[in-house]
Amino acid sequence: MATIQELENTASQVRRDILRMVHAVNSGHPGGSLGCADYFTALYSEIMDYSTDFKMDGTNEDLCFLSNGHISPVWYSVLARSGFFPISELSTFRKIDSRLQGHPTTHEGLPGIRIASGSLGQGMSAAIGAAMTKKMNGDTKTVYCLHGDGELQEGQIWEAAMFAAHNKVDNLICTIDYNQRQIDGDTDDVLSLGNLRAKFEAFGWDVMEMDGNNMEATVNGLKEAKSKTGNGKPICILMTTEMGAGVDFMMGSHKWHGVAPNDEQLKDALSQLTETAGDY
Amino acid sequence: MAKYEYTEMKDTRSGFGDGLLEAGKRNKDVVALCADLTGSLKMNAFKDAFPDRFIQAGIAEANMMGVAAGLTIGGKIPFTGTFANFSTGRVYDQIRQSIAYSGKNVKIAASHAGLTLGEDGATHQILEDIGLMKMLPGMVVINPCDYEQTKAATIAIAEFDGPVYLRFGRPKWPVFTPPNQKFEIGKAVTFQEGNDVTIIATGHCVWESLKAAEELEAGGLSVEVINIHTIKPLDNDAILKSVAKTGRVVTAEEHQMNGGLGDSVAQLLARNNPKPIEFVAVDDSFGESGKPEELFEKYGLGKSSIVAAVKRVVKR
Repeated sequence: MATIQELENTASQVRRDILRMVHAVNSGHPGGSLGCADYFTALYSEIMDYSTDFKMDGTNEDLCFLSNGHISPVWYSVLARSGFFPISELSTFRKIDSRLQGHPTTHEGLPGIRIASGSLGQGMSAAIGAAMTKKMNGDTKTVYCLHGDGELQEGQIWEAAMFAAHNKVDNLICTIDYNQRQIDGDTDDVLSLGNLRAKFEAFGWDVMEMDGNNMEATVNGLKEAKSKTGNGKPICILMTTEMGAGVDFMMGSHKWHGVAPNDEQLKDALSQLTETAGDY
Repeated sequence: MAKYEYTEMKDTRSGFGDGLLEAGKRNKDVVALCADLTGSLKMNAFKDAFPDRFIQAGIAEANMMGVAAGLTIGGKIPFTGTFANFSTGRVYDQIRQSIAYSGKNVKIAASHAGLTLGEDGATHQILEDIGLMKMLPGMVVINPCDYEQTKAATIAIAEFDGPVYLRFGRPKWPVFTPPNQKFEIGKAVTFQEGNDVTIIATGHCVWESLKAAEELEAGGLSVEVINIHTIKPLDNDAILKSVAKTGRVVTAEEHQMNGGLGDSVAQLLARNNPKPIEFVAVDDSFGESGKPEELFEKYGLGKSSIVAAVKRVVKR
């Protein structure tokens, strides 16, 4: 059990990794990655039961899927700092011959990744399939999947949402990164999502809300979600976050969704985040 | 050379249904998903035998493909079942990212392929599916020729580790291959040996090719008939060996000329042994409502079209 301070320290290092990774290749998606640094840190440090001796089948392990694959930097950083692969490998992100592709993939054999994502809207279906296999196999572990909120504009998500409730896939926790921003602007301006709680509830899900940029609230929220499993309904967490969280000039806008900081901006951003576990 | 003998009329989709049941009996990890077409895909026998291993996906094919991909994580061997149209074009990105690129052991079972779907018309008569699927890296593409071959193929792909596209059809069609045959993925079957021309056929066009060969032989030509049930990986050796002997090729398939078996054969020959080739296939056209045999005739896929193509190629 880590203290909240220790988890916050880890998240600070993860945010430094994200910024340095996207800066090094002048590409990638820092905004959503920064917003989800607390979620991934909490999930891998406090919530999930897993082995870093990676096996694709993940039998008797909790599984994590990332449906909005473009925020790969945060997942890569947390996987590396959780022991799935060397931290030094973060320096290969988006470079030729790397296992750290722009979007997560199984193709290069990176430990911790169980399906490719990037083309949006597909992760929930895959997570449901993995959760159903666990049930069929008598495996009592939980499947987690993270989604962007803009991603909910994809129709497949709602096919999957209907299917999960119908089949009582209650070992599944889908978290929505509810930052209300996407590449082109605010979700309300691009294609409004409406009342997400009401939508998921109407589809038959158990819905809860969580502050995803408050470490204590995130840990407690994920624990609460876990306690709701096994009750006949899939679980949805509407996780409020700020795109660019942790870097003042990246917050409050959609502009840093998919833009890397320049040298000066990186320096400014890193000055706001303590190096707690050593940069890669 | 494989022997063949006409026995009865039977649909290839029933070969899939019976093969799926057998695969399910042999391996408890075989599971099946269907998008509201259980009867059409002949999946009821599997559903009745293994209700806990049958997943009704509803009319939501994109999700079905993703769920199938996820089911492999933990060791299941999922077969998805719907019409070929909804098994490919409708869900191409799902198959590309979640199944092919992710290397998932999903078997995509696609019925009602091609014109022989018949009266439902062009909306459902997909003629582009082989091309779509063979372009995906690592995807195995199989189009069996009759009930027995489809059944054997279904059992075989359950034992193969990797994504497979299995294409079959709706109509009752001649059964001429033996029961309980061994199906080897990627291996051509030679039904008739000859010296003047090689007919390379897949799916429902194999029977038409054999009938065409009979007529041509009666007219004095020596015709070799090769059944390519696995379009990818292609049995390059069998094709090159045959063409080295005959020097002329006709391909026959219930598919667009662009992107089908003929394309694959032409590419192989162009690179290794360029020879005259004619293509029996749908020529850049959609289908229409009608009876299977009427459609085969109108769109140039039947026996007479194959005979004509052979006569053209031997003059070149």
